[in-house]
Amino acid sequence: MERYLDLSQIGKSYPTPNGDFEALCNVNLIIKKGEFISLIGHSGCGKSTILDIVAGLQQPTTGGAILEGKEILDPGPDRAVVFQSHALMPWLTVYQNVELAAKNVFAHSKTKTELQEWILHNLSLVNMSHAVDKMPSEISGGMKQRVGIARALSMEPKVLLMDEPFGALDALTKAQLQDVTMKLHQQLGNTVIMVTHDVDEAVLLADRIVMMSNGPSATIGQIVEVSLPRPRNRLALAEDASYNHCRRLILDFLYASHATQELPAEADDISCQNDEAA
Amino acid sequence: MIKAIPNFVPDINRITNLLVEAVYPAIGLTMFLLVWHVAAQNINTSLGEFPGPVHVANQVSALYQEHQDQRAKQASFYQRQDERNAKKLAKNPEAEMKFRVYTGKPSFLDQIYTSLITVATGFLIASLIAVPLGVLCGLNDSVYRSLNPIFQLFKPVSPLAWLPLVTMVVSALYISADPMFEKSFLTSAITVALCCLWPTVLNTIVGVTGVNRDLINVSRVIKLRTFTHLTRIILPASVPMVFAGLRLSLATGWMVLIAAEMLAQNPGLGKFVWDEFQNGSSDSLSRIMVAVLTIGAIGFCLDFLMLTLQRWASWDKTATIR
Repeated sequence: MERYLDLSQIGKSYPTPNGDFEALCNVNLIIKKGEFISLIGHSGCGKSTILDIVAGLQQPTTGGAILEGKEILDPGPDRAVVFQSHALMPWLTVYQNVELAAKNVFAHSKTKTELQEWILHNLSLVNMSHAVDKMPSEISGGMKQRVGIARALSMEPKVLLMDEPFGALDALTKAQLQDVTMKLHQQLGNTVIMVTHDVDEAVLLADRIVMMSNGPSATIGQIVEVSLPRPRNRLALAEDASYNHCRRLILDFLYASHATQELPAEADDISCQNDEAA
Repeated sequence: MIKAIPNFVPDINRITNLLVEAVYPAIGLTMFLLVWHVAAQNINTSLGEFPGPVHVANQVSALYQEHQDQRAKQASFYQRQDERNAKKLAKNPEAEMKFRVYTGKPSFLDQIYTSLITVATGFLIASLIAVPLGVLCGLNDSVYRSLNPIFQLFKPVSPLAWLPLVTMVVSALYISADPMFEKSFLTSAITVALCCLWPTVLNTIVGVTGVNRDLINVSRVIKLRTFTHLTRIILPASVPMVFAGLRLSLATGWMVLIAAEMLAQNPGLGKFVWDEFQNGSSDSLSRIMVAVLTIGAIGFCLDFLMLTLQRWASWDKTATIR
């Protein structure tokens, strides 16, 4: 399906005492089924807001998002979210955390044993089978995020939304989890949108990298296609010319054409511009 | 040499732990007793010297002895009554029996028991109202905005201001030929309840409104039903704050109860203190001091009980007494 997820004319404003603050404006993006999209940009450019709108956790002020021909109006398990803070319930075990999600989604379509197998299967996908009865406080940050991913996958989402999922992890753990994410995307063929501000992560994982211009009135600045073959190997890619070309394009965009600058004193005066949109 | 080290290290730890756990508190208490002992000798009141630790210790056993005596008297009273009734019955099988309840002076232990039952009742009533009310206010902003002024208005009111009103209302409304509870018991319990409400309500509201946004978003994404959302997300997340409120409430309630009993002449530890004060014998001050220490010890035990309950009920096992 060519227009699996269609973001059209999305704008988001927040009311403030000095008039509306326009965070996003005129965001247009069409995502194919099974595609892995990285959203990258400086802090405050509204990348997470776009993710929230697709998740249905926030409503756009203008425009809208359409998934498989249906407008997104509220949150739902078909658009599972992996949060940066892992957001596991500290009072539930690893198994129960995944169960809370899976049970609600498959209450009528799976029997008790099927559900149990499904939960264990999802935990094994992220290599967490050994810790099903552990409490979140007993496992490391990387493991918690693995469980967060298992919980999202257990809802069998149409689109997997990841909001800076590895931002709080150390470099080695991060690399492990990126490999897990790549393997799962290969295996399950999910459509994924991942917000990140890590350039290497964006290039390594994504089919397309969507770069956001700076806010206020942020919008899509440029889109880079990453045509590297899969499966990808971070060691082999380190010397790869087209990998480094992609990195170069992003670094140019982030630090040359859209370097962070002081916000203008009167933000209201900035009109909505969609410069160099791809 | 090297082999000895692993055995040696835990020993040091154990000794340090023992020092921290037992020795320091013992040092503190001994110092307190010394200061008390010396200070007491230098304070002279119209009822004699202020009681030092030794006098107080003597009164502890005296009070226990009085309790034993009271129990013996009570037992012999009932024995005599039973014998009398048995004799009457032997003479005339149709005779009407008289059963009287023993009305001797309650002992110190009886007073403690009364106080404990009263505070438990008041605290329970308050908690059963306060926790659901707090959850409701935490979930619904309109309810919170409507009720908050009332909470803020009554929160600072001293229970003793309520006491006359509660007494009059209980006397007016609780009319029964064969009352299940004493009026004084109800008055004290309701006064305690009125003061136990606010800390629990307000802490529960803080707990419920403070649930991590990400956890709530997870619940929205999963599309949990309201009931599951409440029982699996909101309540477990706010348990630590709810218990913080309950512990504050119970501590307040215990303090309030003693004052209420004193002022309203309701049975309990407060009345014991007041009676001893009015009695004015040479032992009175020592006996009041016993009551003071008992009140403190019971207060501490109640807090410890709540903490144990919290550790059992909460996922957060790090709560401590502060």
